[in-house]
Amino acid sequence: MEFVGEHLLPGQIGHFFVILSLVASLIATFAFFKATNAEASLKSGWLKLARLAFYAETISVLAVFAALYYIISNHLFEYKYAWQHSSRALQVEYLLSCFWEGQEGSFMLWSFWHCVLGLILIARAKRWEAPVMTVVSFAQFCLATMLIGIYFFGTKVGSSPFVLLRNETPGPIFSQPNYLEFIRDGNGLNALLQNYWMVIHPPVLFLGFASTLIPFAYAMAGLWTRDHKGWAVPAIPWAAFSTAVLGVGIMMGAAWAYESLTFGGYWAWDPVENASLVPWLVMVGGMHTNLVYRSSGYSLRATYFFYIVSFLLVLYSTFLTRSGVLGDTSVHAFTDLGMNLQLVLFILVFLVPAFWLLIARRKEIPAIHKEENTYSREFWMFIGSLVLFLSALVIIVSTSLPVFNKIFGTKWAVGEDAEGFHNQVQIFVAIILGLLTGVTQYLKYKDTPRSYIRKHLYLPLFVSLAVSLCISIWGNIDYDQKGIGFLAAIHLAIFASVYSVIGNAGYILLVLRGRVRAAGASVAHIGFGLVLVGILISSSTKEILSHNTTGMSPLKIGEKESPLENITLVKGLATDMGRYTATYVKDTLNERDRKRYYEINFKSKNGKEEFSLFPDIIENNKGSEGVTPNPDARHYWNRDIFTYLTFLGDPEKIRAKDTSTFREKVVRIGDTIFYSNGLIIMNKVVINPQSDKHQFTAADTALALDMTVISKEGNRFTAQPLLKVENGMVEVIPDTVMAQSLVLTFNKVQDQQKGLLEMGIKETSGVLDFVTLKVYEFPFINVLWIGVIVMMIGLFMSIFQRLKRSSALRAS
Amino acid sequence: MKKTHIILLVLIAVSIAVLISFMGDITTYDTVTSAKEKPGKFVHLIAKMEKNSMQYDPIKNPNYLTFVAVDSLGNSINVVYNNTKPTDIEKSERLVLKGKVQDGQFECKDILLKCPSKYKDDMNAAQKQLQPAASMTN
Repeated sequence: MEFVGEHLLPGQIGHFFVILSLVASLIATFAFFKATNAEASLKSGWLKLARLAFYAETISVLAVFAALYYIISNHLFEYKYAWQHSSRALQVEYLLSCFWEGQEGSFMLWSFWHCVLGLILIARAKRWEAPVMTVVSFAQFCLATMLIGIYFFGTKVGSSPFVLLRNETPGPIFSQPNYLEFIRDGNGLNALLQNYWMVIHPPVLFLGFASTLIPFAYAMAGLWTRDHKGWAVPAIPWAAFSTAVLGVGIMMGAAWAYESLTFGGYWAWDPVENASLVPWLVMVGGMHTNLVYRSSGYSLRATYFFYIVSFLLVLYSTFLTRSGVLGDTSVHAFTDLGMNLQLVLFILVFLVPAFWLLIARRKEIPAIHKEENTYSREFWMFIGSLVLFLSALVIIVSTSLPVFNKIFGTKWAVGEDAEGFHNQVQIFVAIILGLLTGVTQYLKYKDTPRSYIRKHLYLPLFVSLAVSLCISIWGNIDYDQKGIGFLAAIHLAIFASVYSVIGNAGYILLVLRGRVRAAGASVAHIGFGLVLVGILISSSTKEILSHNTTGMSPLKIGEKESPLENITLVKGLATDMGRYTATYVKDTLNERDRKRYYEINFKSKNGKEEFSLFPDIIENNKGSEGVTPNPDARHYWNRDIFTYLTFLGDPEKIRAKDTSTFREKVVRIGDTIFYSNGLIIMNKVVINPQSDKHQFTAADTALALDMTVISKEGNRFTAQPLLKVENGMVEVIPDTVMAQSLVLTFNKVQDQQKGLLEMGIKETSGVLDFVTLKVYEFPFINVLWIGVIVMMIGLFMSIFQRLKRSSALRAS
Repeated sequence: MKKTHIILLVLIAVSIAVLISFMGDITTYDTVTSAKEKPGKFVHLIAKMEKNSMQYDPIKNPNYLTFVAVDSLGNSINVVYNNTKPTDIEKSERLVLKGKVQDGQFECKDILLKCPSKYKDDMNAAQKQLQPAASMTN
């Protein structure tokens, strides 16, 4: 059958280049392999061929990218990828996000970065080019198989982004030649991904993933060519680069979670987050043992091991996040493309040769058998790397529970408090690392004279002790939900991380005497210390402003872990919220980004500040109904006020305008007044009423007007609007009878002698307009973000310094 | 023995101890019957929501959701969840309820909404969307 209006050419071009990239990367692998092993006379010929193949590979990857971008940006919905991941209404800046919403697109991104890194290696790696590029080209070949989408002896290999919708989806409409006329729009981009962080976070994260390949490739090259010493020099800047980029990628994910996901924070120990954190931890360990080896000759085996494991963990995290195995444990949506076998093979094809080489050649790897000196830098750096590795091990093993279930057929599930488990373990890692980063810079390689230690070590120690004591005493750090032991650990960790900041700052001032060029490592450690300080303070003093005791049994009030964090705001009614009163003012729809913004006005009770937050919702697509909320935050220099909607009424009803107003009425006790659907009886005035909703002490003054609402149908409801006097300010706290769409207030006592009271009634037309939300306060969260930036600056400083030194060496 | 080795052994021992304590905390996926057999123990209950059993009034109390959960064997239990109603809970084919049985009802701390297979679901949704287009022409 001939189909009308299809554009088959871009798909055919795309598919051709997918095949070409597969072939080219295979040729490149083979040619780089031959170039490594060939004798000197044949070397340059093989190398030339290999480079040509890799250039062809790079061009193919770019062409595949261009073809898919053409399909998405021209809304060619005959292609399943465009139909599944984009829509006509999508803003231009999110067209790129459509790439990484699908698995195929993220594989393409990964492979693109390998190309870029490969070109840099070809230009700069000199004698290491051939062996290192063999590994890179082979990784490219593996990634290319993920995109071919053919059946090989009945097993699906890869998944092509260029398949046609009519071939993939059964449906009667495809029996018509003009079926495209009926597919007017695509499914759209997942609402959660329509955020600017999602445009930049995946490319950076995938550059981070891709960059872990390079230290791995150098390690493999070292093992393979038996030049165990040479590779360790050029690998260091690559490891630092990987640490920096993967670190930024992970933290951008955290920022995305903070700004647009409703985790209620930046880190939730979700399996997906863990899976990307763990390779980073191991890479940092590897970078440090690599530095140890360069300066002292120790720890070469450990360096091999860490670089290999870091890359394998990247592959493992690919498996975890794409195989669908995490289905029941993660809040993220995972799709199972039916490629699990291929994903497992992807790991094994690197794991088996890497460990086989490492074990077979372990005896050849140079090692010093004399023990490290306790006063040496290398000893403590090695301990630090080991702690990083074990920390990673604990995280990944506990995250892999669903994998064990799959292998052993068990039915285990993570315990009650998985986040608490990670926090309680990792805080000790933070303490150890904080102290080690603070002290180790002051130690010299091999041995440190004791007089040097005495001269330099004590001052930063005392300053840090003073600063951290100030934080501990005046910082409101009273997180006791997990017991006094954990609180003590928090205080200890604050000291350790402050020490890490001050120790390294002191090192720059006292030892380096301000020679900033040599200070890369210290600057990175200052950043790391700041990250820890920011995490500790913002998490342990995070406060729930929307604390709500409605409907809690009195027995449970004051229980440490109260989940009652949601509060409902009825439109136009000020509601008490910690230091603020909050009012839901209005909602507006932004036509451009199709988000509905809710204006929530906050007024501090002391009258000093007033501001509005605009949390928003975006209507879900992809066949699921309802809405996805996005948070909004007010940033102060020392804290954030952070809010997001947790429940909305029926959007249809919410859109109906509420035009009703309050009617004032003067009543006496015993009076009966009427409303449209029944009557209200004034029962009594209660002083400081004790109810499940409000608790008052003798110090408060509150009057409640107790009333009974009886509807025509004979239903009875009670209501207790309040009049509260606090610090000389009178506050009206309304009560609502939802079932009757009534809002009742107790406005004032008009005449105490005569017993005249003024009350207000508002009958809303239809249903009340309201929002339910959570409000948090995160103190000092900016310290965390600043720390990340400082750490990156430090890492790049040391990369440039190292590159400069090596080119100076070459020149001389 | 070198002190590096001693520290190595100590740290590995600590990691193993930590992982054992993690394994000690882990729980199981349960059915209604097996969850009822161990009241007070934190479990993961895999169930569906019984139609029209849900009660939620965010104006009265946004932190109170209750419904009846039915597992695949047909046993049911009343669930109380002190939080807002998760979007789309009515439509979810499968719920992972984390919590414990207390006084005959399931006190839920966390709810995960799950579809049997996201991929299959995508395809179902795709077909549903494509149907009206087809019927227009018939």
